[in-house]
Parts: sequence; structure tokens; C-alpha cells
Amino acid sequence: MGNIAFDLAHLLAGGLVLVSFMMLYQDRLYALLNVFALQAVVLSAAVAWQALIQDASHLYVTALIALVFKALVIPGALHRIIQKLGIHREVEQVVGVGTTMLAGMGLVALSITLMLSLTSAADAIAREDLAFALSVVLLGLLMMVTRRNAVSQVVGFMSLENGLILAATGAKGMPLVVEISVAFSVLIAFIVIGVFLFRIRERFDTVDVGALDSFRGEKR
Amino acid sequence: MNPSGFDPTVLVLAIPAISAALLAVLPGYRLTARLNMLASLATLLAALALFAVDRPAPGDYLLIDDLNIVFIVLNTFVGFTAATFSASYIGHEIETGRLTPTHVRFYHAMYQLMMFGMNLALVSNNIGLMWVAIELATLTTVLMVGIYRTHEALEAAWKYFILGSVGIALALFGTILVYVTAQPVLGEGTAAMVWTQLMSRAGEFDASLLNLAFVFLLLGYGTKVGLAPLHAWLPDAHAEGPTPISAVLSGLLLNVALYAVLRFKMLMAAHPEALAPGPLMVGMGLLSLVFAAFMLYRRRDIKRLFAYSSIEHMGIIVFAFGMGGPLANFAGLLHMVMHSLTKSAIFFSVGHVTQIKGTQKIADIRGLTQSHPVLGWGLALGVLAIAGMPPFGVFMSEFLIVSSTFARSPVLALVLVFGLLVAFGALLMRLTGFIFGEPTGEMRPAQASFVPLYAHMAIVLIAGVYMPGPMVAWFQAVARLLG
Repeated sequence: MGNIAFDLAHLLAGGLVLVSFMMLYQDRLYALLNVFALQAVVLSAAVAWQALIQDASHLYVTALIALVFKALVIPGALHRIIQKLGIHREVEQVVGVGTTMLAGMGLVALSITLMLSLTSAADAIAREDLAFALSVVLLGLLMMVTRRNAVSQVVGFMSLENGLILAATGAKGMPLVVEISVAFSVLIAFIVIGVFLFRIRERFDTVDVGALDSFRGEKR
Repeated sequence: MNPSGFDPTVLVLAIPAISAALLAVLPGYRLTARLNMLASLATLLAALALFAVDRPAPGDYLLIDDLNIVFIVLNTFVGFTAATFSASYIGHEIETGRLTPTHVRFYHAMYQLMMFGMNLALVSNNIGLMWVAIELATLTTVLMVGIYRTHEALEAAWKYFILGSVGIALALFGTILVYVTAQPVLGEGTAAMVWTQLMSRAGEFDASLLNLAFVFLLLGYGTKVGLAPLHAWLPDAHAEGPTPISAVLSGLLLNVALYAVLRFKMLMAAHPEALAPGPLMVGMGLLSLVFAAFMLYRRRDIKRLFAYSSIEHMGIIVFAFGMGGPLANFAGLLHMVMHSLTKSAIFFSVGHVTQIKGTQKIADIRGLTQSHPVLGWGLALGVLAIAGMPPFGVFMSEFLIVSSTFARSPVLALVLVFGLLVAFGALLMRLTGFIFGEPTGEMRPAQASFVPLYAHMAIVLIAGVYMPGPMVAWFQAVARLLG
């Protein structure tokens, strides 16, 4: 089953990168959240597959967290926040979609050449996983810098974190993976949703981070 | 091993953790402020006890060695003095209504949780655990930076959260790569994440993958250190949060991130074929120094001014460790300790100054030595010390760094001296404004505790004049350890 194990792991990790690309061209917040939920589902499948082929049952916990928390709870909660607060539903982009996509392709090419040439010692599945994971991380970063809206920055951060979870599960037998994914999830929920969005809303009519730029504290 | 079974390491972690839980439920800010001080004092005593008892053998998760003891004692000491300062600071904030009792309860709980996170990062023998601890410390400080809930505070906290998370995410990727590198040698499981194990077998790792991991770790933890291209969060976070937190951020959290970088640098140094980490650190350090030195001239906010000064000094420290060798490492270590003490002392005085004057604008703070002599001269001493005037300890360490660099590469030393002079000019220019001239604004006497401020300055002064022999020997041993 060696080959199928590899192929499926490859397919799922590649799927994750593809969904990251899909996020780059969404221009509606709701659609963005749906795509993010899709990415979480793909991540959960990828992690579950790793759990099966590595025979590491604790990874099922990580897969379950990804499925329940990231695919259902967080997108649902963000949905409600957008609705309740009446946030602009468009994703405000700093750079155009075309440029962003091109930059994204460049980043993926970079990470794949980099990782594949450096990791010749590691085993094949870990290599592929790391290469794809780095792509997802970089695409998440790209999304964070090309968006102005706080909600889409959070989504970018969460997708970046999906890449990290993929890398951690791909590294065979890595300890603390479950703990790390739990820590990440709890903190995202706690900080982002609980505190920041509500506090920002208390003071501003927009969750657009650009609107905060005028308060630099350095005015004469 | 320790026959009595008494292990201060556990106390260093347990006291802040338990008090965080206690402080979260106890009402009344007077009580909780005292308890916060008491808990910090107890943690400091536990940290000092680390010297007295035999060290426990390094386990899978915890480690005490010559290097991290220095960091832990410094961390808990400044944690305690900052808690003392915080008690009087918070009292004033409650009176003026900037903070409500609920916020203060939250603040104290977060303070101890942050101390727990930092101590855990310092004693951890496991790269994964260390990462989790630094993440915890970062997130608690994010919450404290945003505690005033003003426009500026929210922007600062948001920026800090986003940049800090990105930094921490990159560091995690680097951590995973280190595991992937170590796993073929040390086998699957915990062993491949344990410092002592990693160090003993470092030579057998795959060099190219380790290099890549180090780049991620340097960028990731470097963001938290506040190195130049990645520093954007630092001035905002320092300026908008409560001042005790500015003191703790500058004095401690930057050091904790630096400690992580140093550990990985040691790992790189233990591998003969891996990329030399020195030039990268030297480059980032010098860039931070020169950049921050010029930025000092444009500041109009007193806390931002000293935040940029922190970037400058972290640059100097990273530069010194990047140069490496026993002398430069010794100087870097000394400079780190001196900077922590001096900068937190400065923030203690700045905290009271901004409370009295009701503003952070440099232009509105004048003639402090006339209106508030004790506070004004305390601030003046702090600024002179941080600018690198003799006879303070900062001068000693900067002198050592400059002279050891001149011996090895004069060109770098010129850049270093240039940066130092630029920063010196900026700080002195501002200082004359603060302490001389016609006093402005509020004149009423300060209700402040000056003990933490002057205690720090006394240590910095003594270290500049005379360093006790055992301490020098200790620092030399650590400097050799750092390679």
C-alpha cells in the first residue's frame, strides 16, 4: 500500500495548496469563510490520512479539531459576527487579484524548489508535506499582507496555521502536535473572536485596519 | 541529584501559574496588587534558590544550566520590581478611572500568566515546549497592550498580535524543520526535540535543512526580539500599553526571544558544516542599531522614544552575540543584563512622569528636576546610563563590545560606533528637554514608589564600577558555552 499512501498524502496536501489559491481571489467575506471551511475539511482529511499511514492514533484528535473547530465553529462564529456587526461584506484588497495570484505562484514555486532540494535526506512523504506546507504558509502570509480587512487577515492567519499543522503532522512521530493544535485553536478563538473584534467594533464603524492608521500617536 | 527532593524549578513555574488563577478570582485591587508583588517576590526567591541546590538532571521537558539561570534570575528580579512599580501605577490608574477594577483583576492575572510563560520558555529543555511558552507570553502581552481600549491601544494590540503571530508561526515552522532534521538521527518521538539530546548529536544532522530551519527561527524569534526589518510592532506596543508592561516587554520579553535565538545559534555552532549564524546576526544587529538610532530623532512620544532605544540596544546585543568569541559573548551578556535593568528603570520613571503630566508628548514634559527632583534625576540617571555614559554598566559593556570588535574587524566597529554616537546625540538632546527648562503642566508632588527605580540604577552603577569576581567568572563560563 506504500504507493497509495504516498499518492493520497500528496493529493490531499496539494489540495490544501489549491484551496489556498482559491482564497486569494475571493472578493466576498462569506465566500472567503466558506473556502476557509473547505480548507479545514481538506486539512482534516490530510491529517487523518497521516494518522492512518503513520499508525499514530493521537493525530485523529488533531484531525477532529480541524474538522469541528476550524470547519464549523470558527467560520460559523465569524459569519455571525459579520452579520451582527454589519461589517462590509467585500474583501478590501491592497493589490489586485491578478498580481496576488502571480505572486502566489511565485511563492509556491519558491517553496517547492527550496524544500525539495534541501530535504533530500528526509523520507518522501515528509518532503512533499513540507514543501506543500511551506506553500500554504507563504500563501497565508501573502493573504495577510494583501488584505486590509481584519476578518480576512484573521482568515489568512488561520490558513497559515493550517500549513503549520500539515507540516507538523507530516514530520513523522513529532511530539506535541495535538497540544500545539489545541493551543492554536483555543487562542484563536479566545483572542480574535472574543476580544478584538468586539473591542474594535466598540470604537469604530469598520473593522478595516486601514481606518486605524490615523492614530499613530506621533502627531504634533 | 538532589537528596531532599526540593526542586526550585517547579516552584519557579508553579508560583506564577497558581497566582494567576488566584488573581483572576480575587476582588479588590489593593489586595491583588499586593498579592501580585508577593507572588513575584516568591518566584524571585525560588529562582535564587536555583543557585543553592544541586541542579536536577535535565529531563525531557525541563533544563537548568549556566546559561538559563542568568536569564531566569534576571527575569524574576525585574518581574518583581515591575510588580512593585505596577502596584503604585495601577492605584493611580484606578483613581483617574482609566482602568476599572475588573480590568485590573484581569491585568494582574495576565501579568502572572505572562511571567509563567516566560519562565517556562527559559527552563524548557524542549523546543516544542519553548515555542508554546513564548506563544503564551506573547498572547498575554497582546491582551495587556490593548487593555486601555483606546484607538491607539487597539491598533497597537492588533498590530502586535498580527506581527507577533506571524513571527511565532515562522518560528514554529523552523521548530518543525529542526525536528525533521533530527528525527533520522535521534529517532521518532520526544528525543528529537530535547535540547540536550539535540546538542549532543548535532554534528550528525543534515546541514542544509538545519540552515533553512535556522533562517526561519531567526526571522520568527527575531520578530519577537524586535530586530530591524521586523520591529514594526514594538514601538506601538510599548507606547500604548500600561507602562509596567512596557518595562516588562523591553526588559524581559525581548530577552526571552533572544534566549531562543541563542539556543538555536548554539545548535548551529555545534554543527561543523552548517552555515555560520554569526554574519546573519551581525547584519541584523547593525541594521537595527543604525536604523533605530536615526529614528530616535523623530520621536514625539516619550514611550516611543525609549521603545526605539530598546530596538537599538537589542541590535547591539544581537551584534555582540553574532560576533561570538568569549569576549564579545561576555560583553553581549553583560549588555543584555544592563539594558534590562536600565530600560525597565527608565520605564518606571516614565510611567510616573506620564501619570503626573497626563501626557506622553515629549514637548509637554519640561523641567522635571525643578518640579519633581527625585523623579527627574532618576530619569536623568537612567537616560545617561542607557546612552552609554560612564560610570554606568552600559558603558562598560558597550566599551567591551566596541573594543573586541575593533580587534577583529575595524570596519564593523566603525559602523557600530557611528550608530552608538547617533543614538547618544538623540538621547542627550531629548534629556536636556526633559529635565531642564521651565516646568510645564501639573506640578503636584508624585505619589510614586522610587525604590524599584533607584534599586535598578544602583545595580547598574555598581556593575559599571566593580563587578564581583564570582559573577565575572560565571559570565565567562556562560560566554564560553555560547561559542
